Amino acid sequence: MNLVSTRGLSKHYSGLNAVSDVDFDLPQGQIRAIIGPNGAGKTTFVGMLSGRIPSSSGTITFNNREISALPAHKRIALGMAYTFQITSIFSNLSVHENVALAARSLHNSANTLSVDQRAVDALRRVNLLDRQEQIAGDLSYGHQRLLEIAMGLAQSPKLFILDEPTQGLSAEEIEAFVILMKSLAGDTTILLIEHNMDVVMAAADYITVLNFGETLAEGTPQEIRTNSEVQAAYLGTANA
Amino acid sequence: MTKKSKALALHLFTIASLAGVFFILPEYHSGIVARVLVLTIYAMGYNLLFGYTGLLSLGHALFFASGMYGLGLAMQYLHLSPITGLIAGLAFAAFVSTVIGFLALRTSGVAFMIVTLMFAQAGYLTILLLGEYTRGDEGFVIKQSQRMISGFDLSDATNRYFVALALFSVCLLIIGWIVQSGFGKTLVAIRENEERAKMLGYNVQLHKWFAVIISGTMSGAAGAIYALLFGYVGATFATVQYSIFPLLYVLLGGAGTTIGPLIGALFMFYLIDISSQFTNAYLLIAGVALIFLTLYAPQGLAGVVRKHVIRWLP
Repeated sequence: MNLVSTRGLSKHYSGLNAVSDVDFDLPQGQIRAIIGPNGAGKTTFVGMLSGRIPSSSGTITFNNREISALPAHKRIALGMAYTFQITSIFSNLSVHENVALAARSLHNSANTLSVDQRAVDALRRVNLLDRQEQIAGDLSYGHQRLLEIAMGLAQSPKLFILDEPTQGLSAEEIEAFVILMKSLAGDTTILLIEHNMDVVMAAADYITVLNFGETLAEGTPQEIRTNSEVQAAYLGTANA
Repeated sequence: MTKKSKALALHLFTIASLAGVFFILPEYHSGIVARVLVLTIYAMGYNLLFGYTGLLSLGHALFFASGMYGLGLAMQYLHLSPITGLIAGLAFAAFVSTVIGFLALRTSGVAFMIVTLMFAQAGYLTILLLGEYTRGDEGFVIKQSQRMISGFDLSDATNRYFVALALFSVCLLIIGWIVQSGFGKTLVAIRENEERAKMLGYNVQLHKWFAVIISGTMSGAAGAIYALLFGYVGATFATVQYSIFPLLYVLLGGAGTTIGPLIGALFMFYLIDISSQFTNAYLLIAGVALIFLTLYAPQGLAGVVRKHVIRWLP
């Protein structure tokens, strides 16, 4: 079953086709990576899925429901979480309160755990529990990225969209991140924009390659690695 | 003690001190404090929108005047009792803030400031236009005989002080409760990072609207109580000046703190009261004090205390 499907999804900025006519299917439980050169339309594409960026045309289906007309906050309430490419946290609030805000927004949730328990649990999973009283803005850049991931975890999403989550993380943190994503797979469907090819190859079940706003190729990491069009457009022949 | 119970203890202590201080203060000063308490209700309402939600309105005099005229006109022409008059004032302020909030929140930032300012000016001009009933700038007096609740005289200095204190206490406890609630924390989240709050699934627009309604209604309550306790209703209270006062009190006292408005209002009143004993240029002294505070304590007095001394200050 597909958790997310798009048909003919497009975004035009006066004359520029940022994303054009993308048909996309993401099965339940998969870890999907979206890769592509800078300006390929990756962030615009996931922005349209989450409702942050209005689409110009096309339809989006989420969990068997047409959501193209829903505002962002309603899509999030249906079970999406979104982490920003440029870290976006509540810098003046405590680390704990950042995650509690994420957990609290699901007031209708069937989850029996309290907001506080879910916040603590999410912080433990990214190894930030001992920093929960700190002001979020005082954390290092890498820890702020992890905090944003914890905010996503606290929402217990069906679909977790991560826009370049490993940017600024140390090698050990990246390793821990890949293990964390793998442990979520199954319950949570993950859509990952990533430039770090090691992360993509290690974490993704399946890869979509965007180029100039269009789907260039789709396949398993192995297929993408050997796809000559992709190599030409993005990876460069040296990586083959 | 949890943060929540510490906050409650602080609020109860504040209320108890204000009750105790009445028996020490000379009558002149208890009169000032009664007035300050009513204007603090106004500033607390303003603070919910400005300090906690991050929306700067320049038109809150419209809400203050809505409560004041809602009560005043209802008592004057419909001969309502003080209590039903107060309800009329609250209802009218709630109605006005619901409508104005809906319209003004279609804008944000500087446009929001200008739109609220313009609505308030329109309100002021409406009061002048309806001069036949409102008596315009001159205003009208609510007679002492009307300001009685079954023998309890609201114009008596002692009664007035304790009624002002009681209503102030109710509002302080309401604000204290709101800012500790999930709703209040969401308002802070919107202030801190609106885009993030939206992408966590919060209906930002609806939260802002509720904030305007609560803030406007509390400001209206202050206007109605002012008219009731001091017996006068006039168009001055709808002018720009009265939109700026709560902003000043909140900035001085500490935006986004529950007791900041009280501190700011007291400070401002006494600054003017004391300096005017020495010079006619008391506004100059007030202005200089304001400049120093913005330079050296931009978070306001309670904000400084929160930053350096009491981290849990609500």
